[in-house]
Amino acid sequence: MIVAQYISWFRDIGLDDRPKVGGKGGSLGELHRAGINVPPGFVVRTEAFEGFIDALERRSPLRARIEGLAADDLEEMGAVSRELRTRIEDAPLPADLLQEIRDAYDRLSGGSPPAVAVRSSATTEDAADASFAGLQDTYLWVTQADSVIRKIRSCWASLYSLESLSYRLRHGIAESTVAMAVVVQTMVDARTAGVMFTRSPISGDRSVIAIEGAWGLGSALVGGEVTPDRWVVAKITGEISVRDISDKAIRHAQSPVGGVEELPVEESLRREPCLSDQELDSLRAIGRQVERHYGRPQDIEWAIDRHTQRILLLQSRPETVWSNKDDQKAEVTRVTDPLLHVMSIFGGRR
Amino acid sequence: MNAQLKPREFPLPSSVKVIPGTERAQAAYPYHIQFSKADDEKFWFYNSMHFPEPMSAFDMVTAEAAYCALGAANTRVHCLPTTLGIDHRIINGRVYIGGNAVTDPKEIARRTAEFQKRAFYYYENWESLYAQWKQKMLKLIEDAKAMPDPALPEFEPLEHVHAGRGIASNHDLLVTYQKAIEGYFRMWHHHFEFLLLGYGAYLTFFAFCKKAFPEITDQTIARMVAGMDAEIFRPDDELRRLARCAVELEVDAHFLERSSVDDIMRSLRASGEPGRRWLEELQTSREPWFNINVGDGFYHYHRSWNDDLSMPFAALSGYARSVRAGESLDREVERLRDERSQLIADYRELLASDEERAAYDQMIALAHRVFPYVEGHKFYCEHWYTNLFFNKIRSFGAMLAAHGFFANAEDVFHLTHYELEAAIIDLMNSWSSGSDPRGPGYWPPILAERKAAIIEWARHETPPALGPIPDVIDDPAIVMLWGITRESLDNWLSAGAGTDSNEVRGFAASSGVVEGIARIVKSVEELSRLQQGDILVCRVTNPTWTPIFQKIRAAVSDIGGSMSHAAIVAREYGLPAVVGTGNATSKIKDGQRIRVDGGRGIVTLLH
Repeated sequence: MIVAQYISWFRDIGLDDRPKVGGKGGSLGELHRAGINVPPGFVVRTEAFEGFIDALERRSPLRARIEGLAADDLEEMGAVSRELRTRIEDAPLPADLLQEIRDAYDRLSGGSPPAVAVRSSATTEDAADASFAGLQDTYLWVTQADSVIRKIRSCWASLYSLESLSYRLRHGIAESTVAMAVVVQTMVDARTAGVMFTRSPISGDRSVIAIEGAWGLGSALVGGEVTPDRWVVAKITGEISVRDISDKAIRHAQSPVGGVEELPVEESLRREPCLSDQELDSLRAIGRQVERHYGRPQDIEWAIDRHTQRILLLQSRPETVWSNKDDQKAEVTRVTDPLLHVMSIFGGRR
Repeated sequence: MNAQLKPREFPLPSSVKVIPGTERAQAAYPYHIQFSKADDEKFWFYNSMHFPEPMSAFDMVTAEAAYCALGAANTRVHCLPTTLGIDHRIINGRVYIGGNAVTDPKEIARRTAEFQKRAFYYYENWESLYAQWKQKMLKLIEDAKAMPDPALPEFEPLEHVHAGRGIASNHDLLVTYQKAIEGYFRMWHHHFEFLLLGYGAYLTFFAFCKKAFPEITDQTIARMVAGMDAEIFRPDDELRRLARCAVELEVDAHFLERSSVDDIMRSLRASGEPGRRWLEELQTSREPWFNINVGDGFYHYHRSWNDDLSMPFAALSGYARSVRAGESLDREVERLRDERSQLIADYRELLASDEERAAYDQMIALAHRVFPYVEGHKFYCEHWYTNLFFNKIRSFGAMLAAHGFFANAEDVFHLTHYELEAAIIDLMNSWSSGSDPRGPGYWPPILAERKAAIIEWARHETPPALGPIPDVIDDPAIVMLWGITRESLDNWLSAGAGTDSNEVRGFAASSGVVEGIARIVKSVEELSRLQQGDILVCRVTNPTWTPIFQKIRAAVSDIGGSMSHAAIVAREYGLPAVVGTGNATSKIKDGQRIRVDGGRGIVTLLH
């Protein structure tokens, strides 16, 4: 068997590989290394993207077209975006790359062709200092190798969407530094899915974990199509201080014809909590483990497999909003005498 | 329907009327604790935490002595920068209190300089001063025990005469009485010697945690600080020990529920060697650990376990059953201690910087240093000493009753301590003159009136607070001791409006959610109404009710913070508790089905 040059499995990569596997890929690899359950998958490395773009570039200039754009000329930007995307979607892929992707996809399947998520994993994305999330595409419930390959191209193309171009131009990100890896990962047929922040999104409190969840696939929650149940759990003690159980009218599920469909939630389940206290506690433990592994608060996507009831992490990235605020926060009062602390109570200087 | 007429403030003191027919009973209280027109300027709140029931005339000595000592410690001894002492008033038997804040920055600065010379010395020398404190308290207790019961012989004993004593026995009554009163006032000074400093150090850590972890629950902070081996836990520990011992000796069958203390004792004595050995064990537990009251010790009728064994015996049967069922009754102090250390370390790790960690370490160290006093003093002061004191007064009651002043020894508690001194001097005079005392013709109708007034007052609700609402409550004493904040006042106000909400909110004191039947317990006497599995709803949860926690499923109180001992005991028993609701005892009906969510501090009335 030929050693893969374009593909890496999660177990073989970590955060240090981000320049070649992108933020999402690096993070999933790192989670796997940390002993966290993630749906199995592989990354189509940036080398594949770069080789492909270079080939396009040899035919006619590509990067120079973007660098020549004015950040405020949306009309011209739109035209260039459309043109480049078409080129990316239509150009042939190298045969060795195609073979590697097909082989990897087959190895994922273990028999029947699995449904996978194809997610862009840009090297600029998920960087701790730039919340660049959501600008690239994610395709869910993709089956068959040909479709997977098509979606990988679409991910690459999404790097040339109007939003992506305008973001890069506004932030002065050089085209030569832009690369994209693509994550191909087994779909979780989720009973419940959601997000978790390992610090309070409201107060920034590092001692609590905020968990949001809804029935079915996480796309309904992330897309804002359902008001999730919400809990606040003490990170250390596991005490649940907030339980907001909402009326969850719809859920997302795998469509028999491919992709995702919206279904009504059975009446009896709409106002039921979508997580048990035990599951909340397991999520808490996982959140704590991931946070410890990274040494900073995390923003995590998770799902519970409908069949195995196992919790799987789909993604984890550093929390950015409060971390930035922390940096601006005033220092703690240093006291010469430890007893002076009591003056905060007795001194009337609150 | 009157939701829009919600009162946005509390009534003025002058608008609260003495309940008709009780005017003379009200007038019995000293002039300086009656409300006056000037008091309308000030904010007062009903101290239902310490005085949840109408006060008999004598029992007001507790308020008088306690505030005398509290204020001295704050105002003059440690010179708290922003607060002086606490004023108290009484109307319809209800004690209202109001703090005196210091707001002038110059004065605060001046007091701060004094405070640091005084309080910091205490913090620095805490262990040695606390060791000295215990010696002082034990000496005071010895002195109280050594006081003779009052007695008036027909003739002065011959040995007194031959010894040239020169003082007759009637004078001894005055000496003993005045010593008893003096000792009680002294005890309260000891009580407050460390109290505010202790709570302040705790609250410093508490406030730091709240800032560092805005969503941390009060109970988590409390768990980081709480001790495991405070004296206040000992009486209950002794019961567990005695229960195990009873099972080992196979005498536990004697503790059938509802059989009287006398029956139990009789059957134990008759049961030969095992019974005798168990009774010996009982004796070693009783001194001093059964010197604990069934209440806070602030009322004369909060009798001690030693005075009335029915409470510890009722608990014993429950514990013995648990032992028989194979449960371990050990409090697992080691495990609790390890959990506490882990908790402290885990939160420490979450702090953002080394500076924060350094401050955290300093603050928790101080909190741990002061906490043995905060938890331990109650046993010596509120329990052991108050028992001795009230029993001494009771012995004067017995003597006066024997001389026809009133029917029962207990009636003595319807005289103020000033009036009681007068009655004793009346008796002293009659003994010396050979005439009849005047008391028997004077007191009975007055006492009848006062007893009726207490019953009448207990039937009426009293406003939770009076007077203009302060913008902020920045008085550390009020916040620390009563857990009263601007937010809790707002809660009280909205509760008073008769809104039809089916919720009662308070401090989340111990997490967990249960449903059950509410049992409203407004006085110690009503505790016996609790059935297995009831939810206790009371004005103030009391740690000395510990044994009843094995019977109940949850606890709800009108007053108290998450550091109240009841909250601690509830956590230890793993029972949900919501404290400081302001109005649970009036809003919840006896026998009503309720849901207690101790993690959120919410009680839901189900139907």
